[in-house]
Amino acid sequence: MAKVVRDTYLIFLRYLRPTLRNRMVLVFGAVQPLVYLVLFGPLLTEVFGGARSWRVFVPGILVQLVLFGAGFAGFALIADLRSGVAERLRVTPVSRVALLLGRVLRDALLLAVQASMLVAAGLLLGLRAPVAGVLVGLALVTALAVAIASLSYVLAMSTGREDAFAPLLSTVTLPLMLLSGILLPMDLAPGWLEAVSWANPFRYVVDATRAAFAGDYATATVGRGAAVTVALVVVSVALGTRRFRAENA
Amino acid sequence: MIEARGLGRTFTTRQGPVEAVRGVDLDVDAGEIVGFLGPNGAGKTTTLRMLTTLLAPTAGNATVAGCDLRADPAGVRRGIGYVAQGGGTDPALPIGEELELQARLYGVGPVAERTAELCARLDLEGLERRPVASLSGGQRRRLDIALGLAHRPRLLFLDEPTTGLDPHSRGDLWDHIRRMRAEDGTTVFLTTHYLEEADALCDRILIMDRGRIVAEGTPAELKRRVAGDVVTVELADAARDAGRACAALAGLAAVREARADGDGLRLRVDNGDRELMGLMRALDGAGVELASLRLARPTLDDVFLTVTGRSLREAA
Ligand SMILES: Nc1ncnc2c1ncn2[C@@H]1O[C@H](COP(=O)(O)OP(=O)(O)O)[C@@H](O)[C@H]1O
Ligand SMILES: [Mg+2]
Repeated sequence: MAKVVRDTYLIFLRYLRPTLRNRMVLVFGAVQPLVYLVLFGPLLTEVFGGARSWRVFVPGILVQLVLFGAGFAGFALIADLRSGVAERLRVTPVSRVALLLGRVLRDALLLAVQASMLVAAGLLLGLRAPVAGVLVGLALVTALAVAIASLSYVLAMSTGREDAFAPLLSTVTLPLMLLSGILLPMDLAPGWLEAVSWANPFRYVVDATRAAFAGDYATATVGRGAAVTVALVVVSVALGTRRFRAENA
Repeated sequence: MIEARGLGRTFTTRQGPVEAVRGVDLDVDAGEIVGFLGPNGAGKTTTLRMLTTLLAPTAGNATVAGCDLRADPAGVRRGIGYVAQGGGTDPALPIGEELELQARLYGVGPVAERTAELCARLDLEGLERRPVASLSGGQRRRLDIALGLAHRPRLLFLDEPTTGLDPHSRGDLWDHIRRMRAEDGTTVFLTTHYLEEADALCDRILIMDRGRIVAEGTPAELKRRVAGDVVTVELADAARDAGRACAALAGLAAVREARADGDGLRLRVDNGDRELMGLMRALDGAGVELASLRLARPTLDDVFLTVTGRSLREAA
């Protein structure tokens, strides 16, 4: 167990260091959601009224950041498969689980920093939310990042090539994004669309983050969102662990 | 150090099964430099990946560095180093970081000291802060080897260590490999499709073709046992004497093969240097007039040709 923790930390550092050297990567990853925030957010304030609209919109943008940011994690793994780094690490006695967790935790940390930057930008634009609510929301999306990054690594490992991984990724993420009510709450959707959206786990996370931002912590919405997030983390990390333990990982 | 029995791997592909390695038996003793020689696609890399726990065999088993491949892969990993055909470094990372990580993963310390030692050992001093991408081909290969040696393994696997290097870097790398064995007693198991490399570097060679080991021995043994020396006989009047000469020589015990070839004969003769006199006497006795006689040592390519019926250069 101590070995898993130590190995995870070593792998975490290995993948974190290049990011620390080149911090622009952090900023670039958050540019797209920031553009949504600045160029699309103000539109919603016209529709829903100022303060409430930011509390609805910013959580949606955070989940979008996770879907695309952590979703793309697999590309780095494919690069490692190609360069031979993945094999080199697998010949060492390093814990197989650490090879997954070290990477995933680095991705989650990156995401947490980017999400905080987006929240700060939201505050500048007019977002008003209780501190505790924001922290709960950040915790939820960071945990979600762990799940998404793990799944991304599983898919990357299974496809093994960028040209197969990229279309698969966009096929999966786009409907998940639209069906989670990231841009507009799903309550506004026609009956059938809303019904479909309940099958999308991300919807619960978006709803829970919105409730937290609104200051409604002790609600079924937050509880359900947290439960779904934890379940997602458990399932995806288990899948990832299995894949990284397999011979061709 | 390595003992493999019936090791095999069949890949399942869309086009059907590919038998990459078919029942390989091999034994490598501590301190040996043993090489797999074979053309591309022979199954060398696949065998190495099985022996290094990267790929599960579909048949057979092996003991590597004292541990059972299937029962104790973690034990195998602790005892071996592996340098893959294409290396295994991230072009963007500084080489010092890669070396440090490797030392930490194997739990060898103190890390800074070990890193410095490895750099000194493989002529990488002063390059620690440079990104891998900025290294020359030879430096990059030496870095790969340094990474494989981080934990002072008793057994090092090198997959095509000098492919793509210029002749100078190749000779340099050979020296490093020889020194590893001389100074630390490291056992080296390498693959190559270069005849000169197998010849210059290996105590023992296993010739691999189409997933099987088709011959094995020291370079000298292989050349002697399998092929014999090549003797080219030029006749004064080949049209008249070739048939008679062939018949006279084929009767000698040392002559494995005699056939007419251009202006004379081409023979394969055991211990050719000692048999030359006998050949001349036999030709003289048959009343054949000789123009010249030439003896050539067989190359490993002759060996490969004899065992597989193809030239290694064509097969590759
Ligand atoms: N992952 C794989 N899937 C399918 N076939 C493979 C795979 N790896 C190797 N092969 C096939 O196995 C054979 C042996 O390959 P390899 O061991 O790389 O040969 P060598 O290293 O001697 O050049 C080749 O025919 C190759 O195409
Ligand atoms: Mg190969």
